[in-house]
Amino acid sequence: MQRVRLRYTKRGRLRFTSHRDFQRAFERALRRAEVPMAYSAGFTPHPKVSYANAAPTGTASEAEYLEIALAAPREVAWLRERLDESLPAGLDIVDAVEAKTSGFAERLEASAWELRLEGVDPAEAERAAKVFLTTSSVEVSRETKKGIRTFDARAAVTALEAADAFASPSPSGGSDALASVPCAILRLVVRHLTPAVRPDDVLSGLRSVADLAPPVPAGVTRLAQGPLDERTGTVTDPFAPDRDAATAALPTAAGQQAAAAPEITGQ
Amino acid sequence: MPVESVFPRLEALLPHVQKPIQYVGGELNSTVKDWDACDVRWALMYPDAYEVGLPNQGVMILYEVLNEREGVLAERTYSVWPDLEELMRKHEVPQFTVDAHRPVGAFDLFGVSFSTELGYTNLLTALDLAGIPLSAAERTEDHPVVVAGGHAAFNPEPIAEFIDCAVIGDGEQAVLEISEIVRAWKAADRPGGREELLLRLAKTGGVYVPGFYDVEYLPDGRIARMVPNRSGVPWRVSKHTVMDLDEWPYPKQPLVPLAETVHERMSVEIFRGCTRGCRFCQAGMITRPVRERSITGIGDMVDKGLKATGFEEVGLLSLSSADHSEIADVAGGLADRYEEDKIGLSLPSTRVDAFNIDLANELTRNGRRSGLTFAPEGGSERIRKVINKMVSEEDLIRTVSTAYGNGWRQVKLYFMCGLPTETDEDVLQIADMATRVIAEGRKVSGSNDIRCTVSIGGFVPKPHTPFQWAPQLSSEETDARLAKLRDRIRGDKKYGRSIGFRYHDGKPGIVEGLLSRGDRRVGAVIRAVYEAGGRFDGWREYFSYDQWMECAARVLPGYGVDVDWYTTRERSYEEVLPWDHLDSGLDKDWLWEDWQDALDEVEVEDCRWTPCFDCGVCPQMQTEIQIGPTGKKLLPLTVVGK
Repeated sequence: MQRVRLRYTKRGRLRFTSHRDFQRAFERALRRAEVPMAYSAGFTPHPKVSYANAAPTGTASEAEYLEIALAAPREVAWLRERLDESLPAGLDIVDAVEAKTSGFAERLEASAWELRLEGVDPAEAERAAKVFLTTSSVEVSRETKKGIRTFDARAAVTALEAADAFASPSPSGGSDALASVPCAILRLVVRHLTPAVRPDDVLSGLRSVADLAPPVPAGVTRLAQGPLDERTGTVTDPFAPDRDAATAALPTAAGQQAAAAPEITGQ
Repeated sequence: MPVESVFPRLEALLPHVQKPIQYVGGELNSTVKDWDACDVRWALMYPDAYEVGLPNQGVMILYEVLNEREGVLAERTYSVWPDLEELMRKHEVPQFTVDAHRPVGAFDLFGVSFSTELGYTNLLTALDLAGIPLSAAERTEDHPVVVAGGHAAFNPEPIAEFIDCAVIGDGEQAVLEISEIVRAWKAADRPGGREELLLRLAKTGGVYVPGFYDVEYLPDGRIARMVPNRSGVPWRVSKHTVMDLDEWPYPKQPLVPLAETVHERMSVEIFRGCTRGCRFCQAGMITRPVRERSITGIGDMVDKGLKATGFEEVGLLSLSSADHSEIADVAGGLADRYEEDKIGLSLPSTRVDAFNIDLANELTRNGRRSGLTFAPEGGSERIRKVINKMVSEEDLIRTVSTAYGNGWRQVKLYFMCGLPTETDEDVLQIADMATRVIAEGRKVSGSNDIRCTVSIGGFVPKPHTPFQWAPQLSSEETDARLAKLRDRIRGDKKYGRSIGFRYHDGKPGIVEGLLSRGDRRVGAVIRAVYEAGGRFDGWREYFSYDQWMECAARVLPGYGVDVDWYTTRERSYEEVLPWDHLDSGLDKDWLWEDWQDALDEVEVEDCRWTPCFDCGVCPQMQTEIQIGPTGKKLLPLTVVGK
């Protein structure tokens, strides 16, 4: 059975899509794209899709991942393109790879986030980030289904720094488009631990240890998800092992795939 | 004049509200047209939450029909939940469309579709958030023309003060005609202002402008007459009827939301209208005559719709879907076509007497065998004669036991309480029927593991039906009768365990009754409830009976009437009813005869299969019954790549 891993985005206004909403939209896109899905057994069969680590509702993402299982093999590039076309703009399939390795979920060790703080002076954000990093433990509380939960938001954070500061155009646009408001941007790297530390938790941490209080809700975007390179502190591509495995096995694998999928045409 | 999107201001509020996805738009198959390239712009509203409003077929159809027309643009708006409403008021964000987030106040027309009267307070909320004066009389040329449609618009009198006009009947052609009138008026630089535009609409005879009619009352509170107060305005306004459904295959590109909604399926309307003649059923009366979509037309819509949406279930929609003249071929043909694709089929409304097991087997061939639902509506043979729901108990038992015998384990039965002439005994017979269903079911299935759920709600008499003169049962009597039924079912030692009982108390029905058969004086109650914070009256968690009654008690005595006068009072033949000037095609004398037949327990056949009973619709509206069979079959589709 062919398994394909996809990287997708939640951009712009569609960042308000919840994970459940995305699942429904994706399953419908599979139908529209006529992807020959493998189905689970049982009374109500479901297409086989596994999702990893969905970003919270309201946060944008450039790096969400899922894996699908196909009943008949398809070319990966064709799948990527067809599914991307079938999804609403903003939910975009940006990368795809045939699964050649196991343990994909475990490979998603950390996330890199961008926090856009409209109306916050970049210098102020930089100062707050330093205070946060020099504090050994930052207790934050979050409301969960089981009530208020308090935990440390500091230990999971491996990087928090101000990115290049710039002034963005006023969001109201119109005649005073030339007017500008300050906007700070923070880059954050968080290790996926239990309990999961979300960007929101880091923001509440910044508020509690450094009095950083953005006047409007922060624009949060996940930039990357994958193995954490301890040496450079960066999040790397989780598809790399699959690509390496495919390259190593190239001569035979390509031949098999071409033979198994004769019906693929350019239509 | 450019119209700015309010989205940047709305976006800042969204992280603070429940389910923000419902406010962002971007649904698959939604359309955003260039504002400046269009000269007629509609904001279409379903006055309930997005999750209920988005799947609404009426709005979806008009949205597509209007957007297909050159120079015309339509966007959608829905009721915002109180959490967002509060923030919008605080931050001065107006009622917006979800398509391009334009302020509703900037459109030429604001069309609101009322499936039920319980959306009236939400209309007022939306008007106010849009910055449109609640009273039509206070609006200027800068405000949209507020148009009401949908089934509740067949008696728009309770909201007469708040709307500029109402359109009754099928909207497809009507909205295009209205668009052309607005276009011509704007192109001529708006001669005569708003008044002239409304006059042009009224003179077509198909648009009701309440402001052009004066209501005169008798000393006892009844209506003396409704009189046009402008020359050229017709005494009666006609409903619109689309005759050939195959020419209107909408929605062609059904909207697919990201948010979860109440109907997670694609719907194809297989026919419009119903002539079964159930006397309580407003939909069946006001949508006559029956007009079928052809089997090939249905097949085409299902094919294109599935390709455009990716839905996994298709609902074959109508008032009584098993009555389509070629339903067996439709269901069988679709089941054949989509066997491989795991597409489920459903018939949302199936009559007991039109049901057959072959059809049910076809529908569930592709996997899903959920429960079966039937609506005998009345518990006794006698009351079923009164309401003209000609289903015998033997039919029902036979149908249901066949279902149990074929593997179904769950059957739901719908009933009403408070029907005209009903006694406790009529309702208690529901328990006997359910008991027989279980007894038969156990026998044929050889299992005790079967269930029957009885679901029952209070009956609300509706305009343009034979029961429009009938007294509504008070909520106290409704509740008492339902309590007796519950005790009877629970008290049954042998079968009670297998019978589920779900009921709705009588209070919401009284408010619905007030709004259904109300006149213009009821508008003051709606306004008072809105001002007291009333919203989302179709939702148990928001609906407040006490608030409605308090407001009614404050407002109505000034007119010498009260809630009982509108609800539990029986009307006489002579009485001028508030909707008499709105012509549904039904002859008032025929309705009265049918009401008398009901009291005499005399049944009337379906005119599809028997000679005409002169209900008046066909000659009046120059329409005719459009049914098959066409004799055609659904051919399998050639699938690319197989």
